[in-house]
Amino acid sequence: MALLEIRDLHAAVEGKEILKGVNLTVKTGEIHSIMGPNGSGKSTLASVIMGHPKYKVTKGEVLLDGENVLAMLPDERARKGLFLAFQNPVEVPGVSVTKFLYNAYSAVHKSEGTGKTSAAFPEILRQSVSAVGLDESFAKRQLNAGFSGGEKKRGEVLQMQVLKPKISILDEIDSGLDIDALKAVSISLKAQQAKGTGMLVITHYQRILKHLNPDFVHVMVDGRIVKSGGHELAADLENSGYAGLLKGMGISFVEDSGKI
Amino acid sequence: MERAVMDVDRSRYEFKTKEKLSVKLEEGLTEKTVRDISALKKEPVWMLELRLKSFQEFLRRPVPTWGADLKGINFGEIAYYANPSIEKKARSWDDVPAEIKETFEKLGVPQAERQYLAGSIAQFKSEGVYYNLRKDLEEKGVIFTDMDTALKEHEELVKKHFMRAVPCTDNKFAALHYSVWSGGSMLYVPKGVRIDLPLQNYFRMNSGREGMFEHTLIVVEDDARARYFEGCSAPRYEEASVHSAVIEVFVGENADVGYTSVQNWSKNIFNCNTKRSLVNKGGKMTWIDGSLGSRVTMLYPMSILRGEGASTSNYNMTFSSEGSWKDTGAKVIHAAPNTTSKVVAKSISMNGGVAAYRGLLRINHGAKNAKSHVQCDALILDDISRTDTYPHNEIYEPTASFGHEASVGRISDEQIFYLMSRGLNESEAKSMVVLGFLDDVLKEIPMEYAIEFNRLIKLEFSKLGAVG
Repeated sequence: MALLEIRDLHAAVEGKEILKGVNLTVKTGEIHSIMGPNGSGKSTLASVIMGHPKYKVTKGEVLLDGENVLAMLPDERARKGLFLAFQNPVEVPGVSVTKFLYNAYSAVHKSEGTGKTSAAFPEILRQSVSAVGLDESFAKRQLNAGFSGGEKKRGEVLQMQVLKPKISILDEIDSGLDIDALKAVSISLKAQQAKGTGMLVITHYQRILKHLNPDFVHVMVDGRIVKSGGHELAADLENSGYAGLLKGMGISFVEDSGKI
Repeated sequence: MERAVMDVDRSRYEFKTKEKLSVKLEEGLTEKTVRDISALKKEPVWMLELRLKSFQEFLRRPVPTWGADLKGINFGEIAYYANPSIEKKARSWDDVPAEIKETFEKLGVPQAERQYLAGSIAQFKSEGVYYNLRKDLEEKGVIFTDMDTALKEHEELVKKHFMRAVPCTDNKFAALHYSVWSGGSMLYVPKGVRIDLPLQNYFRMNSGREGMFEHTLIVVEDDARARYFEGCSAPRYEEASVHSAVIEVFVGENADVGYTSVQNWSKNIFNCNTKRSLVNKGGKMTWIDGSLGSRVTMLYPMSILRGEGASTSNYNMTFSSEGSWKDTGAKVIHAAPNTTSKVVAKSISMNGGVAAYRGLLRINHGAKNAKSHVQCDALILDDISRTDTYPHNEIYEPTASFGHEASVGRISDEQIFYLMSRGLNESEAKSMVVLGFLDDVLKEIPMEYAIEFNRLIKLEFSKLGAVG
């Protein structure tokens, strides 16, 4: 049983407070979705959980199985079982997907004390590549360099599948995916859920949620989660928009047009 | 994020050998020094004359000021010749004096010879102490020996080629070299003989204020093939030492020559070398240089493509860290039609190191359809390091085609965060980006070099974390 607990989390970047008290608990095998207007702090939440040095946590805590994640460097968090699928994965020229994942896999599984895991790696990689609907040659390509938007996203899910995290945060994994790719990614995520991975899926659209059928949907506005519900909440949002939904709650809302 | 301090790991080279010397000339450079070296070696008169002419050239020329900072060299304080105490050059490691043999064993030289070399020479200070060549190659007429032996046993061959690719008037350090040269090696490959395994010479300096001036002559006749590999190291001393080699390579028609050099000199060494090849019709010359250590390195391997269809590739990798200034590049002259050249230079600077690319590309009028591509990429690992690029291109032939690309990159915080979020620690993440940066050079070089390079880079960067 894995458990990610986010308690009253406040975080700032360059002195500006973005997260203003986030509370959220994700358990093994649960899919949580976070929706919210542009600039509400969704991506910041993802980066803070993974430990991006740009963000300063000013208050609150993040616990993984009771351990204080905020005191750890990003690589320690990864070895403890956290994973972040990036909205915009960076290019690492000259490093093949295979070489990168082999090293990541070894690093993550080293800490489990499982000893020699590398023998199984080629088969795990081969199966994972095919599971996300990519061609075998993908593994030989340079990490994210020259990837299409869809390939980058599939690549992130591929990495997640290989590394088998306890809790995974997926930041707009659905953006830029065509219908087939969305389906392949969703099938892979559902399979990983069945094996016990808990997920926090950040998205703007209901599309992926129809495939994933999340256990919880949260609405984030201005650095806080203002409403939580079942997956029907996503449908309500699609119909009424954020402004409509919030108006019903007595919250006035002005879209931050400065953010993308 | 805390930035881990990283540097090239030199621990493998940091041991000092207690030496017994039979001859060590007084420090300082005068005409007497030059004459003494020649006399000690019992050289023919023509060689002494070349030395004396070169010495005048050395005196006449000022220390160059257009590149790296050379003010730390005190020519008057350097020992120009020190001969290790050996009775004769050994053909078997068992005959090498114990303390010198141990030195090379620590550096892995005999082991490498057993595993993948066709022949090997080891030089300790001013003189070669060991040389060996596989029997079957010797029977085919291949000569691989230290330069002093070559001059004694193959005088005509040496005389025909010595100072014919690099004249003593080329630059101050070439003039210095020709005044006091000692050691080095000669490789001669007769027409049509193709050697698959590389031949190696390993150079070891062992004290401060020492000069090393080895001369390497590589003559590969028509339709022949050879790969030559050179390694250099020294333990660190406070006093500056000078390494000033000259490498002359003669590539026959349709011959194929590869020269690879990996230096990991200590940070007290001024490393100013002149390397040049003359490439005949259809010949192919490949230069591969990895420059890890030294205080200053100035090195611009040159190919003169003088026969139709001749080609050259030049792969150059440099690492500059604290207190290190690498001023390196490549020179190519296209002097015949249908000649092609390719230059790929990659530099990494960190911890305040300076890396400069300085190149010359000239396509002469009449070199019809000559093709050249130059790529120089720099990676800077922090804000206190520096990189500069000084390409110089002269194209006089209208049918020639020429391309130049240059880039300066940094390891971004986003890259490091991305890799760390997958479980790699910070130094592993940096190491991965660095090796990725070098990848398009590493994958271009022939397999036998790539293996050795990978091994060296992993060894040198082991503090960055192991990357497989």
